[in-house]
Amino acid sequence: MLTCMRFLLLFSRQGKLRLQKWFTPMSEREKKKIIRDMTTMVLARQPRSCNFLHWKDLKVIYKRYASLYFCLAIENQENELIALEVIHRYVELLDKYFGNVCELDIIFNFEKAYFILDEFLIGGEIQETSKQMVNRSIEASDMLQETMEEYMSKPAF
Amino acid sequence: MHTHTAMSPSVPLQEMIRAIRSARTQCEERGVIQRECAAIRAQFRQADNGGRSHNLAKLLYVHMLGYPAHFGQMECVRMIASPRYSEKRVGYLGAMMLLDEKQDASLLITNSIKNDLSHSNQYVQSLALCTLACMGSAEMCRDLAPEIDRLLRASNSYIKKKAALCAVHIVRKVHELGELFVPAARSLLSEKNHGVLHGAVVLIIELCEQNPETLERFRKTVPDLVQIMKGLVLSGYSPEHDVAGISDPFLQVRILRLLRILGRNNEGASDSMNDLLAQVATNTDSTKTVGNAVLYETVLTVLDIKSESGLRVLAVNILGRFLLNNDRNIRYIAMTSLQKIVGTDHNAVQRHRGTIVDCLKDQDASVKRRALELSLALVSASNIRSMMKELLLFLSSCPPELRAHAASGIFNAAERYAPSQRWHIDTMLHVLITAGGDVRDETVPNLIQLITNASELHCYTVHKLYRALLLDISQQSLVQVACWCIGEYGDLLLKGDCQETEPVQVTEDDALDALETVLQSHMSSPATRGFALTATMKLSTRITDNVDRIRSIVSIYGSCIDVELQQRAVEYNALFRKYDHMRAAVLERMPVIEKNSPGHTNGESTGEAVKDVPTAKMKQGEPLLLQQPANQVCDLLDLLGGSEETLQPGPAVDCLVSGLSVHAAGTAGGDLLDLLGGFEPAELSPAPQVLAYDKGGVTLTLSCEKQSDTGLTVTLTASNSSDSDLSSFTLQAAVPKSVQLHMKAPSGDSLPARGTAKVTQMVVLNNPNKVNLKMRVRVSYTRQGSPFQDTVQIDSFPGLDAAGQ
Repeated sequence: MLTCMRFLLLFSRQGKLRLQKWFTPMSEREKKKIIRDMTTMVLARQPRSCNFLHWKDLKVIYKRYASLYFCLAIENQENELIALEVIHRYVELLDKYFGNVCELDIIFNFEKAYFILDEFLIGGEIQETSKQMVNRSIEASDMLQETMEEYMSKPAF
Repeated sequence: MHTHTAMSPSVPLQEMIRAIRSARTQCEERGVIQRECAAIRAQFRQADNGGRSHNLAKLLYVHMLGYPAHFGQMECVRMIASPRYSEKRVGYLGAMMLLDEKQDASLLITNSIKNDLSHSNQYVQSLALCTLACMGSAEMCRDLAPEIDRLLRASNSYIKKKAALCAVHIVRKVHELGELFVPAARSLLSEKNHGVLHGAVVLIIELCEQNPETLERFRKTVPDLVQIMKGLVLSGYSPEHDVAGISDPFLQVRILRLLRILGRNNEGASDSMNDLLAQVATNTDSTKTVGNAVLYETVLTVLDIKSESGLRVLAVNILGRFLLNNDRNIRYIAMTSLQKIVGTDHNAVQRHRGTIVDCLKDQDASVKRRALELSLALVSASNIRSMMKELLLFLSSCPPELRAHAASGIFNAAERYAPSQRWHIDTMLHVLITAGGDVRDETVPNLIQLITNASELHCYTVHKLYRALLLDISQQSLVQVACWCIGEYGDLLLKGDCQETEPVQVTEDDALDALETVLQSHMSSPATRGFALTATMKLSTRITDNVDRIRSIVSIYGSCIDVELQQRAVEYNALFRKYDHMRAAVLERMPVIEKNSPGHTNGESTGEAVKDVPTAKMKQGEPLLLQQPANQVCDLLDLLGGSEETLQPGPAVDCLVSGLSVHAAGTAGGDLLDLLGGFEPAELSPAPQVLAYDKGGVTLTLSCEKQSDTGLTVTLTASNSSDSDLSSFTLQAAVPKSVQLHMKAPSGDSLPARGTAKVTQMVVLNNPNKVNLKMRVRVSYTRQGSPFQDTVQIDSFPGLDAAGQ
């Protein structure tokens, strides 16, 4: 099965995984191997290299934002430059949500990072190209969570 | 930490995360996690307590750290079924992280998904859609496809865009269901919402790629797609979709992709998108990456469809501009794209050759690699000289991982387009000097073959190689070729005058010094030392004064610890001692090596080449070399033209053939070296041996071989069975007046005690008057400091009748 994007990984400079999204089914073993390979390959890159790598039959696009590496694997015939834009868009969404997002935000609110991602991409494809639309959807979902809790008058915490 | 989030953070989750992070060792962390997991498991078993979503979230965090979390699968199923949005949200997230279609538990959520797809709240619907598109199994897809189709038509944009991507997933999983979505996909193209449009385009791409018939039907949408693109490209600023001045680059790229699929192999469709593509190519702002992303996709589309030539040139020019971009990502993708079309659009790419060659100097290793590939593909007969300059420059400073590829690429280019032999040899030498350690093994015989073919350049080549050898003996391939040439063309090296280079005086000692340096250096590989030893041996027939030096080198290596070297030395020793009369023939100038002849393809050192000397050479060589030095033999070979390596001697050769007897020449070159294997001539030569002298432990035996009607070769063998070593051992011979005598150099002048080694000497006689053959031999030696002399007369020669016939 060929999706535009195969997986998205976020990891720190020490190789600690902060987020993993898999767009095609894969066994736990395969996932672990890919995580190892990606962190090794990307962390070994020279500082002024280009942001594209070849790995097996995929193109791997990676970019460092502060202390986090964003690593996106795409099909061989996909457009690398737009993939860089996809990474950048996700970072912008996180930044809007958390306000000057940093790695700690993603560590302590990892589930929110996923919720945001799931409003931006689905099944390895872009679902919404407007930044504002994604932000509004997230806010609305969060609002729903809060109000639903109040409505059902059961404390969330 | 910043908390501008609309939703309050989960305190229990964050407390756990803090606890895990404060663990100082891996062991401590594991302890914390084990405790937490135990607590989570306990909580799962309890009744609903309002904290379930936090527990599952904790488990998901632990899972991300790499710890097992399968016991949370059922909890996901329960949470998804919960009426609470917060629990559904985490439940679906958990399902996407912990469940895949292979797990049994995934089947259990099918019903929940089905229900949630028709939930009154779109955010709940959204969860179901997202999860289905992420991990829906084939069964689930079949089950829910009609529902998705319904959502594609009836719902709001928020749901439609997600349903479209769900449909994409379904079609990927179950190809036959594609047909179901074709009508909906078609109608979605008229939506205004970009998210929906984007989803529609992705769905259509998927449907077209899966089914060629569907692709035919969707070709009709090209005008609509062109309109949409035009709107995006030419419209004013749209705050909703603007990215650095480009209006919705993501959608543009996707539409361009669909256009590519529809225009491929179809003139009509390609024609109708021609203008649009030109417009996008010219109007898109290329100062930011995002604009270049769109341009890139445009270029890929133009090059893939049946576009008119003007548009193609425009596309290649965009790539050419990309090569000059500061952004190395852009340079990199330009190279990869140019590489793909260098075959089909060769001339267009050639126009950018200068820029591509400049990229050889790029800092980025990936760009360098691409530039090398592309440069090699662009080499042609008309640009070979200038391109080679650049490539050689590149070779001298390129990263080590690219050297082998660069060297072999250069060799191939040189072979295909060399404007002259001298240029070709110079180029190959340059590569060996720069990157000799990275070239393939075949390079050495290939270069040797090339050199033998360029006969006017032998002098030039050997001088150049000699000079290179003086500078650096670390590059094995270079050293091997240099040694071979010095051995082979040593006479030309010593002559000194060469038109092509400055004259330089090289003495015999200089040449031998160079070879000995190679022999003795720890940098020389065993193969290289083999080359050097053979070359040294070959010089014995090309120099005049220093043969003794060569003899001593060869004899030293007779006890070398390297078996290969030792064997060579032993064989060469034997050549000096027993088969001196054959030495010149064995070591004479090699014939021109044709490609694919044994001498050419063999990657080993010239020990093999010596074996391969055809017997015709042997036949011609021996009598000639009595009188003429080696280079005159070479001239003779030139007279004979190109037939040197045939085994039948040509007519001009017949009269010169005196014929070595069969047992000496052997049937093929290989036998020759077998003959030279041992020290005992007796077992090799069937010619009878006669004891001519026996006194004081010193014996002298002789054997004869008739060479012709009047010619005869006598081999004298001296041995010392006494207990003391003899030194300065010499033999002198005298014959009747009309007989011509020529004594060849003896194998040595020391006779060690107890017969451990012998001395042999060949005497060549010519008896034109056929007189009675007699020979007086004087034996002289020194024993324990005192000289000794004796004389013996030999009246009968074995193998001849009493009259010496």
